[in-house]
Amino acid sequence: MVKGKVYKFGDDVNTDVIIPARYLNDPSLENMARHCMEDIDPEFPKVDHTGDIMVGGWNFGCGSSREHAPVSIKACGVSCVIAASFARIFYRNAINIGFPILECPEAAEAIANGDTVSVDFETGVIKDETTGESFQAAAFPPFIQAIIEAGGLINYRKKA
Amino acid sequence: MGMTMTQKILAAHVGVESVKAGELVEARLDLCMSNDITSPVSADIFEQAGFDKVFDKDKVAIILDHYTPCKDIDSARLSKKAREFAKKQDLTHFYDTGVVGIEHALVPEKGLAAPGEIIIGADSHTCTYGALGAFSTGVGSTDLAASWASGQSWFKVPSAIKVMLTGKPSKWVTGKDVILHLIGEIGVDGALYKSIEFAGPGVAELSMDDRFTISNMAIEAGGKNGIFPVDEKTLEYIKGRVDRPYNVYEADEDAEYERVVEINLSELKNTVSLPHLPSNTRTVDEVKGTHIDSVVIGSCTNGRMEDMRIAAEIFKDRKVAKGIRVNIVPATQDIYLQCIEEGIMKIFIEAGCAVNTPSCGPCMGGHMGVMCEGERTISTTNRNFVGRMGHVESEIILASPAVAAASAVAGYVAGPEDIM
Repeated sequence: MVKGKVYKFGDDVNTDVIIPARYLNDPSLENMARHCMEDIDPEFPKVDHTGDIMVGGWNFGCGSSREHAPVSIKACGVSCVIAASFARIFYRNAINIGFPILECPEAAEAIANGDTVSVDFETGVIKDETTGESFQAAAFPPFIQAIIEAGGLINYRKKA
Repeated sequence: MGMTMTQKILAAHVGVESVKAGELVEARLDLCMSNDITSPVSADIFEQAGFDKVFDKDKVAIILDHYTPCKDIDSARLSKKAREFAKKQDLTHFYDTGVVGIEHALVPEKGLAAPGEIIIGADSHTCTYGALGAFSTGVGSTDLAASWASGQSWFKVPSAIKVMLTGKPSKWVTGKDVILHLIGEIGVDGALYKSIEFAGPGVAELSMDDRFTISNMAIEAGGKNGIFPVDEKTLEYIKGRVDRPYNVYEADEDAEYERVVEINLSELKNTVSLPHLPSNTRTVDEVKGTHIDSVVIGSCTNGRMEDMRIAAEIFKDRKVAKGIRVNIVPATQDIYLQCIEEGIMKIFIEAGCAVNTPSCGPCMGGHMGVMCEGERTISTTNRNFVGRMGHVESEIILASPAVAAASAVAGYVAGPEDIM
């Protein structure tokens, strides 16, 4: 269960704006956090995002396969991303690094920037505490659930 | 229920009779590929997890093409790490400055991808090898590291969109126009999680270089892969490159497709994508005269031999318009050398173009021609996202080599017919 302040973005948020290629020459977590989302919102990386929740529209994370994208969002302290849909490589990468993402078009539409939202990862229930509205995110298939429970793909493989 | 071409390749690599869309499977891999940005991250993950050896040193390729020749100290460190990992693992397929080319042009050229194989790459444009009738798709660094260890990867069996190609393209219409048109039709998430399977009599009218360009940008429609049937042109291409056994798969007659999109190649016009999404397409006629500052011809999408020949045909006995900068990047050393032998380099240089060594450089705003605020380029690359090739207030128009070269000569967005 996490609860945090929402930073909301639009449709087709691509990995080039999540973390621009000009910063990939230094893949350290500090560098990734320092430039996360700066091409879409220059103020974003200047704030401490510990516990914040990111909300996006359709096709979140499209473009490059760079795992640096979910890594940079996680490195900022963001606890999870809720979106109407995710681009497939971003979806895989987030799961593989053990970073929670939730697909829920209704929540992505209704939640406003700055709202306080709580997310129950066990049940997939997303609650907008500001408006009182609740949403049900799609459940992960058991195989993916097992990867998340293992803490990511590498731990899952080591157990297998 | 029949299977699509992609589903058949997956089933064969899982070792089962059939798979169904939506099913999660673990499949055997024929090649795991990565570059100077993604390999070092994977190497860290691999080593920190305590893995010792890659599953097969012949099936792991590392290609240092993005920031190379290294643009700064940090990128030199990345290449060094990848180089050391390749040496320690004694990798057969390691490509460094001097022999390196842009990964998605180099892999087919060196015969590292063959029909019916499964290839993953830590680069989103890995879908390029679908042109050869392979299932290939992009993954992240953790996926890659896990696959280095196990030789396997997990996949959700994709459903599919069928693209029926008919007709024959006119002289200056190429694969880039086909794929930009398709993305304009279905949108940047039109094929999300899905295969795009190309079919129909129009396939035979497309060269292998056209097909590489088309499969390359399947990801720009959200696709998991973009795959072509294997025909005489495919077999001719792999002759002398691939010397191992391979399998040719065909989609079943009763394969299920979520959607069928028809494209009559005879009716297609030169097409561009305006800022800031590949789906924001217009025909060149609609935007002729649009201001540009620079032109880029190259990348994993359009840096192949045919692209160079088309550009040369337009630049021959013509000059780059005053005030326009042109940057040409042949995708591999073989292509570079072929350009020299055919006299194409002379044409480029006499026209007033810069020619660079093979690298991804400008496409992702890495180096070798980065834009500042207020500049606009017409580029044969694959993404026109905000800030992709430089400053967030720079703009990218995506186009074919024919349109890019014609625009360079005209000094504004134009088609070949406008300047010839």
